[in-house]
Amino acid sequence: MTNTTFDVQAIRKDFPILHREVNGRPLVYFDNAATSQTPKQVIDVIVDYYSRYNANIHRGVHTLSQEATDAYEKAREILRAHLNAKEASEIIFTSGTTHSINLVANGFQALLGPDDELMVSEMEHHSNIVPWQMLCEKTGSTLKVVPMNERGELNMEAFDKLLNSKTKLVFCNHVSNALGSINPIEEIINKAHAFGAAVLIDGAQAAPHFKADVQKLDVDFYTISAHKVCGPTGVGLLYGKLDWLEKLPPYQGGGEMIAEVSFEKTTYAGLPHKFEAGTPNIAGGIAFGAAIDYMNAIGFEQIAAYEHELLVYATEKLKQIEGLRIIGEAENKASVISFNVGSIHPYDIGAILDKLGVAVRTGHHCAQPVMHHFQIPGTVRASFAFYNTKEEIDSLAEAVKKAVSMLQ
Amino acid sequence: MSQYRSINDIQDEIIDEFSMFDDWMQRYEYMIELGKSLQLIDEQYKTDEYTIKGCQSKVWVFAELKNNTIDFTADSDAIITKGIIALLLRVFSGQHPKDILDADLYFIDKIGLKEHLSPTRANGLVSMIKQIRLYAVAYQTQIEE
Repeated sequence: MTNTTFDVQAIRKDFPILHREVNGRPLVYFDNAATSQTPKQVIDVIVDYYSRYNANIHRGVHTLSQEATDAYEKAREILRAHLNAKEASEIIFTSGTTHSINLVANGFQALLGPDDELMVSEMEHHSNIVPWQMLCEKTGSTLKVVPMNERGELNMEAFDKLLNSKTKLVFCNHVSNALGSINPIEEIINKAHAFGAAVLIDGAQAAPHFKADVQKLDVDFYTISAHKVCGPTGVGLLYGKLDWLEKLPPYQGGGEMIAEVSFEKTTYAGLPHKFEAGTPNIAGGIAFGAAIDYMNAIGFEQIAAYEHELLVYATEKLKQIEGLRIIGEAENKASVISFNVGSIHPYDIGAILDKLGVAVRTGHHCAQPVMHHFQIPGTVRASFAFYNTKEEIDSLAEAVKKAVSMLQ
Repeated sequence: MSQYRSINDIQDEIIDEFSMFDDWMQRYEYMIELGKSLQLIDEQYKTDEYTIKGCQSKVWVFAELKNNTIDFTADSDAIITKGIIALLLRVFSGQHPKDILDADLYFIDKIGLKEHLSPTRANGLVSMIKQIRLYAVAYQTQIEE
């Protein structure tokens, strides 16, 4: 079976959804890179919030509001500690990574001009491309693209050539959602800083697998979505270095983010509230903290080691299927396998796998430039979490074989 | 086709055919066969102009008016999508535009393929049905003139 220190069967008991059936078969959930499942410890936190202390935060003097504020701020502290940020006010609650990136892109509008350059990698999710394109349209700045090789690894020589004193901002994912490649972000950050450029790392796909230490990385901005780390949907965070967050103007106006409002002049609240206009997803934020606590209790080292075991096992297993081609074979990979079989359309495989109770993602994974690079319409993507098992990978392999036999 | 059959006659006929299958696998195998036998759109029409982009699979549709009925041809890059297209064209091709516009499309639901017509599947089929109706509106206007 699996390694002895990691009791996957005990962990699976925490996840009610893993015990349901789909189309009359036990669910095999391999769409974790899109949304991870939620343990009952986190579900309980959400139920407890709405059952006991649902109230608006940072405003009321009444007990419920106090309790909700304390829980929300405690969650912020959990997230700060998790990322080893210096200050809790460097953690901004957002609706997720997309919101986090848009917040930064919006802020940079005031700081960029036509002579400035931005750098993006070829393997980004659309959410780490489109906000910057919109920014470039407004500022006249130029967007440069760092290419990748056939294995799905960034071409760092090209990166070096593109980087120059005009480069103001570099953004890249920590782990590619479509390919699973782990990018050399330490190198990217160090090199970009040498030219005075700020760096935003999209950590949405990294956070489920390993911890980032933002101080050690010296990264300027880092983003996480709660729904990929066993938390609820619709909540995430933006880490930003204090200096940067102070420099950037607020993203949205409204309640919560102000110090004083009059029709002559409004002054903004300090961090983190400056970026948190309106009533936030309070239960979501508290549950986000609980989810990170849950994962830390299991231990990210344990998680990474076990997931690597799953990745190696699944790679071997899938490669035995005739005509199967893995897209993305980077040296350093998270537990994500994108593949195609012969000329079969990924949609067809996905539709049949669903009938067999196996949930995978098919399509371009919101990373069309990656698909253009490999000249394919899309891939089938199986992504593994620490609650998955080798037996489930066997089911996946059998299901893919079945689908191929039907489709060929 | 020698004899005229109404849209509902054809839908009922398809429902009848599918009732012979015991499980989803037989239904899918049949659809895959249908997909393979689909009378394809002329290559010259497989251009952007005739493309319906689903998020996942692509669909191409072309329509011509012949003797006041519409002849549809189509294709897709996914075979299961193609199978459903074959069924849709069997229902709609050769029909009068007005009949297409008045039609109540119930067979997909009845043969257990409803999930493929869900907008979340993003396979282009929902847009394809819209496109078929748009062609019908256009040709109906042409006939009336």
